[in-house]
Amino acid sequence: MSYVGEKTLTALPSLLSLDSQPGPAKLSSTSKLGNLIRGITELTSKHEEEKLIQRELESIKEQVSSPNTSMRQMKELMVRAIYCESLGYEASFVYIHAIKLAQQGTALEKRVGYLAVSLFLNESHELLLLLVNTVLKDLQSTNLIEVCMALTVVSQIFPKEMIPAILPLVEEKLNHPKEIIRRKAVLALYKFYLIAPNQVQHIHNKFRKALCDKDPGVMTASLHIYLQMIQENPEGYKDLTGSFVNILKQVVGGKLPIDFNYHSVPAPWLQIHLLRILSFLGKNDLRTSELIYEVLDESLRRAEMNRNITYAILYECVKCIYTIHPKSNLLEKAAKCIGNFVLSPDINLKYLGLKALTYVIQQDPKMALQHQMTIIECLDHPDLIIKRETLELLFRITNAQNVVVIVEKMLEFLQNSPDDYTTIDLVGKVAELAEKYAPDNEWFIETMNTVFSLGGDTMQPDIPNSFLKLLSEGFDSVEEDRKLRLFAVDSYVSLLQGETRKLPQCFLQVISWVLGEYSHLSEDHNRSTVLRLLEKLLDMKQTSSETKCWILMAMTKLCEGTAGVCVAQQVSETYISSMDTVLRQRAQELQHLSQDSELREEVLPRDSGLDPMEIDSSLSFLDEFVSGALAAGAAPYKPPHQRQEELAEAKVLSLEPYGLALPISMSSCSITDRHSPTPLSMSSGLSGDSTDVSHRAGLKLDGVQRVWGRDGYLAKKESVEEAAPVQGLTPVHSPSLQNEGDGSHSQTPTPTPTPEPDREKEQLASSLFFGVSSQSSVCLMGKPDSTFNRRRKAKVQAPGVTEQLSSSVAPVSNAVDNLLCNNLQDSNINSVSAASSKQTCELSPRVPAANGTCNTDCGLPESDRKRSNLSISRDNGLVDADSALSEDQGSRSDLCPSSYLPAELCGLYRSEIAPLCTAHSLELSACHVHQGDDMILIIFISNSSDSQVLQIRLDLKSEQLKVTCVSDSSVENIKSHTVAVYQYSLAVKRPGVDVEVDGTLSFLLPAGTPQTKHFSYKLPLTAFIRPLLISTEEYGTMWLGFSHEVKQNLTLVDDGCEPLTFTLNLLKNRLQLHLVEIIGLEGILACRLLQNQPCLMHCRVHAGALAVWLRSPVPELPDCLVYHCQRVLQEK
Amino acid sequence: MIKAILIFNNHGKPRLSKFYEHYTEDTEQQIIRETFHLVSKRDENVCNFLEGGMLIGGSDYKLIYRHYATLYFVFCVDSSESELGILDLIQVFVETLDKCFENVCELDLIFHVDKVHNILAEMVMGGMVLETNMNEIITQVDAQNKMEKSETFIFQSTRQDR
Repeated sequence: MSYVGEKTLTALPSLLSLDSQPGPAKLSSTSKLGNLIRGITELTSKHEEEKLIQRELESIKEQVSSPNTSMRQMKELMVRAIYCESLGYEASFVYIHAIKLAQQGTALEKRVGYLAVSLFLNESHELLLLLVNTVLKDLQSTNLIEVCMALTVVSQIFPKEMIPAILPLVEEKLNHPKEIIRRKAVLALYKFYLIAPNQVQHIHNKFRKALCDKDPGVMTASLHIYLQMIQENPEGYKDLTGSFVNILKQVVGGKLPIDFNYHSVPAPWLQIHLLRILSFLGKNDLRTSELIYEVLDESLRRAEMNRNITYAILYECVKCIYTIHPKSNLLEKAAKCIGNFVLSPDINLKYLGLKALTYVIQQDPKMALQHQMTIIECLDHPDLIIKRETLELLFRITNAQNVVVIVEKMLEFLQNSPDDYTTIDLVGKVAELAEKYAPDNEWFIETMNTVFSLGGDTMQPDIPNSFLKLLSEGFDSVEEDRKLRLFAVDSYVSLLQGETRKLPQCFLQVISWVLGEYSHLSEDHNRSTVLRLLEKLLDMKQTSSETKCWILMAMTKLCEGTAGVCVAQQVSETYISSMDTVLRQRAQELQHLSQDSELREEVLPRDSGLDPMEIDSSLSFLDEFVSGALAAGAAPYKPPHQRQEELAEAKVLSLEPYGLALPISMSSCSITDRHSPTPLSMSSGLSGDSTDVSHRAGLKLDGVQRVWGRDGYLAKKESVEEAAPVQGLTPVHSPSLQNEGDGSHSQTPTPTPTPEPDREKEQLASSLFFGVSSQSSVCLMGKPDSTFNRRRKAKVQAPGVTEQLSSSVAPVSNAVDNLLCNNLQDSNINSVSAASSKQTCELSPRVPAANGTCNTDCGLPESDRKRSNLSISRDNGLVDADSALSEDQGSRSDLCPSSYLPAELCGLYRSEIAPLCTAHSLELSACHVHQGDDMILIIFISNSSDSQVLQIRLDLKSEQLKVTCVSDSSVENIKSHTVAVYQYSLAVKRPGVDVEVDGTLSFLLPAGTPQTKHFSYKLPLTAFIRPLLISTEEYGTMWLGFSHEVKQNLTLVDDGCEPLTFTLNLLKNRLQLHLVEIIGLEGILACRLLQNQPCLMHCRVHAGALAVWLRSPVPELPDCLVYHCQRVLQEK
Repeated sequence: MIKAILIFNNHGKPRLSKFYEHYTEDTEQQIIRETFHLVSKRDENVCNFLEGGMLIGGSDYKLIYRHYATLYFVFCVDSSESELGILDLIQVFVETLDKCFENVCELDLIFHVDKVHNILAEMVMGGMVLETNMNEIITQVDAQNKMEKSETFIFQSTRQDR
C-alpha cells in the first residue's frame, strides 16, 4: 500500500514560506488568488481575516458587475469567490454570475461556472430555475464534455419540479455509444429516483438494460439503483438473484479486464455492492439464499489475501452470511473470520470485528462467549471508539442477570464521555436498560438519578417523561408502586439536602414533580422539611425560571398546615411580581390555593393520576365560537404555511381552482383529527408547563391519541413505551449519588475487584456474560423477552389483546390486491382460483377459467372495464364453484382455506387467498376482506399432518399498519387435518405505496421441539381507500385546510370523445374515488383512507396531459395515491 | 451514499468541502468545525472511523478519515457504504491528486480548488461512487483539460473499446 501522499505532503511547511522560495511554477503565486491566499496566511487574527476577505469580496463584486469583464476574467473571479465561500464568507452576489458563466462560457469556463453553481446553490434555490435551459442545451450538445458536465450538475443539484423537463434527454443518454455518458446518465437517474421516485417509475426496464450493459462500469453504476430499490422492496427483485450471483461469480473469478483490479483484487467495490444486494435478497428466504451460498463460499475463499480491501470484502461476506438464511458450514467460516477480525492487531479491523459481533450476537448469543476475553480487553482499549463499540455490543446482550454490571460499565464510560453525541446516545441506552431489566427499586431509582445528573439538559425529553409516567402509572401491585415512589422521595430528599448546585435543570424538575406528588407517602420527612428544601432550590441563582415553575407547582401541592401556608405566602409574594408571566401565574395559583384547602383538594386531587382525563383534541367546544365568528364575517383559519403560499400565489397566477364556500360544520368532514396530538406534545406538556393538571394532561395526551385512532387504549401505550427508550439517552453516576449509594442504601453488589488483573477480568467476564449462555432467553434488541420485561410488563399487558404485527409478501398476492381494490366485483373469483389452483385444477371447468384471468393480470391493476362486467355475471357462478370446491375437498380430506372463511365474512369482497409459508405440516395462507369500513386480515393455518400441532402462537406486527386481533378464541392447538382461522383488523398508521404485515408463527412439533417461522403479507394502499362523499362546497373548504400536497402530470387516456371524463371515471372505478364534479377542463375527486383521513384530488387538462394536484392532511398519502393513479393510467 | 467530503489542514482550515446533501452555509461551517474537532484530537494509532457528530446526522452516519502530513481527508457516509472500501477510496483519491499535480501538496489544493473539484467529480458523482480506477479518472480529467484547445475533440477512454 502506498502512502505517496504522506510523503509529498510533508514537504509542505517549506513551501508555505512563499516569499523566500519561488516554488513550483504551477503555484501561480503572482495571480490575484495567490495574493489573496498569501495575504491570509500572513494574518494573525480572525478579525483581520474578516476585513481582508470583505475587501476582497468588494473588489470581486465590482468586477463581476462591470460590463467589460470577459468570461475568462469571470472564471478567475469565480475561483476567488469559491475560495472565499469555502472559508465561510457569503458571496451571494456572484451566484447569478456563476449561472451566466455556465450559460455563456466556453467549455472550460462553463465547467467552472457549473462547479460554482453546484457549490453555491442548493436544490431549492430559486436561481436554479435559470440553469434549466442551460442544462437542456448542454444535454443536447454534440460535445461530449458538455454533456458530461450537464449530467454531473444534474446529479448534484436539480430542482425537483423541473425533472420532467430533462428526463427524456437523460433517458436517451442511456443508449449513448460512450460508456462514460451512459454511466453518468444512470447515476443521474438514480438521483432522480431518490428525490422523486414516482417520476422515474416508467423507466425501470431501462435500469435492467443498464444492468446488462456490455460495459462493466455502466453495470456497476446501475447497482446503486438496485441496491436502493432492493432494500426498499426485496420481493420485487427476487428474479434478479441469479443475475447478481452470476455477475459476482465472474468478478470473483477474475473475468473482468485487468484495469478493474485494485491492488490485484478484481473490482472490490463492485464485489462489496453485490454482496450487499445479495444479503437483502436472501434475507429470510431459504430458496434465494440457496442460490447465494456457493458464490459466498467462493468469495470467502478468494478473499484470503492480506490486503485492506480484501478485508472489506470479507466483512461484507460475513454480514451477508449472517443476514441470509443460515447455512452451517458458511456460518463456521464466518465465525472464524469474525474471530480474526476481533483479534487483529489492526485497529480498524478490530473495530469492524466488534461491529460484526454486535450484529451477529442478535442471532447467536454464544458468539459473545467465545470472544468474551477479547471483549473485556476492548472495554479497556485506549481508543474511545473501540470502547463505545464494545458497550454497544454489551447493550445487545444485556439481560436481567447482567444488567447491573453492564450499566455500571456504561456509566463509567459516560463519566469520561468526550462529546454530547455519545452522552445523549448512551444515556438513552442506560435508561432503556434500567427500565427494562431493573432488578429492584433501589437500583432503578439510583441508576435513573445518575442518568439525570450525567445526561443533564442535553438528553432527550422522553427520558424524564417516561420515567415520570412510569412512576405515576405504576405496575401490577399497589404495594410495589408505593415502595418505588417512597424510595424515590427518600432519595431525592437526601439529594437535596446535599449539594444541589450542579444538578441539571431537568433533574430538578423531575425531583420537584416527584416530591410534590408523592412526598406524603414518606413518614420520615414531613411536608415542611420538603417545602424548605424546595424553597432553597428556588433561591439558587442557577435555577431557570422553567424549573421554578415546576417547584412552585410542587409547593402548591404540599402547602398544608399553618407552617406550609406561611412558607407559601412568602414565596408567592416574591414571585407574584415576576417578569415571567408563567412564573407569575404559578405564584398566583400558589397564593390562592394555599389559602383555600378545599379548592385545592378539588383542583389537585391526590392519587387521581390514573383516571384517564377526557381531552377533546378536536377542540369541538370551540365550534360554536368559531361558527359565530365566521357568521359575523371573520375569515376562516388558515395554517401559516398556507397563508404564505397564498400570498406567493397572489403575486403570480391564481391557480386555486375553487372559491371558498360558506363555513360548514367541521364534523361533516373528517378533518378534525388532523391536529391530533403527537407524542411531541407530551414533552411540551412536561417542560413548558408545570401545573399539575396540565402535567397530567400531558401524560394522558397519548392516550387520547390512541382513542382517536379507535384502537385499544393500551395498544398505543405499548407503542409509546417501546418508542421512548429507543431514542433515549444514557445516564451516569454523579458523585453525590454514588456516595449515597454506598452509604445509606445497600447498592446491588458489583463484582469486587481482586488484585490480580487477570482474575479480575475473568470475574468481570463471568458477570458480563452471565445468562448469555444459559438459553435462548437472552433478550435481544427488537424482540424483548417478556419474562424480563419487568418495568414495562405492567403496561404491555393490555386487556384488548392488541398484538403487534408485521409480515411480508408474495408477488401474486400483490397483484391480486390490486385487482381487488380496483374491481371489487372480481375478487371472489380470483380468491377462489388462487387458493384452489394448486391442488384442484381439475375440479370444475369454471375454476381454471377464473384462474386464467388472474394470471394474465398479475402485477397490474386490471384495466378493462368490460372484464369487470363480465366478472359480475360470473359472480353467481362463483358461489357454486366455491361450494363445489369445498364439498369435493371434504371428500378428499384436503384442506381448502376458503371453506373455512368465517360465516359473517362470506359474500364480502375479499382478495385471493395467497399462500404465505409452510412450516412442516402447517400451511399458512391469508387474504384480506373488506368489511364495511374495516379491513380484515384472515390467516388460515392448515395442518395437513396426522398429528396435532401444539402451542401455536401467531404474532403480527407492522410499521405501517395497526393490527388488532379480532378473533376472540385464540386457537392454540390444531388437530390433524383441520384449519384454524385467525382474524385481525387492519388500520393504516403510516401510508405507503404498499403496506406490509410481518408475522411470526411459533409452534411445538409433536416431538416437542419448538419451531418458529417468519412470513409477511403485503397489500396495496388502495385496499384502504374508499370514496369520500362530499359536495363541491365542502371540497372547497377542505382543500384549503390541507397542508401536504403533490403535483404531477399524468397521461390522459383518450377514448375518442371525452378524455377527461373517461380518465377520471377510470380512476374513480379503479381506485374507489368519489368524482365530485367535472367543470369544463377541470375535475375534482375525493377519497378517504380508512379510517377517515381524506385526500382530495384536482385534475386539469393541460397541454394534452392531466395535471393532478393532490392534497391531504396525511403527509405520505398524496404521494402514494399519485403512484397508484399513475399505475392505473399506465395500464391503459 | 457519501454525504460530504471534507479536506482541512492540521489547523482546521478548510481546503475543500463538498456536500452532497443540502445544509445551510452556517451549518456547513459548523460541520467542518465539529468534524475537525472530533478528528484532530484522535491519536495516530486509533481506528479511522468515527461515529457521526450531532450536526451531520447522528448514528446513521460515519466519518471515515485519513491523515496525510498536514491534511485530513474526511468522508462522511451513511450506512450503505463499506467502511474499509471508503478508506481505500480516500487512498485512490490522494494518489490521483498526486499524479495530477505531480507530488501534491497543500498549496495545490489551495490554488487549484477547481481542479481538485473536477477530479473529485470524476470519482464521486452526486454522492455515489462513479469510478475507482485511478487511470480512468486521470484520463477523463485530462480529456477535459484538453478541451480548452479543441472544442471538437472527442475524448478517448481507455475502456472505449469494450
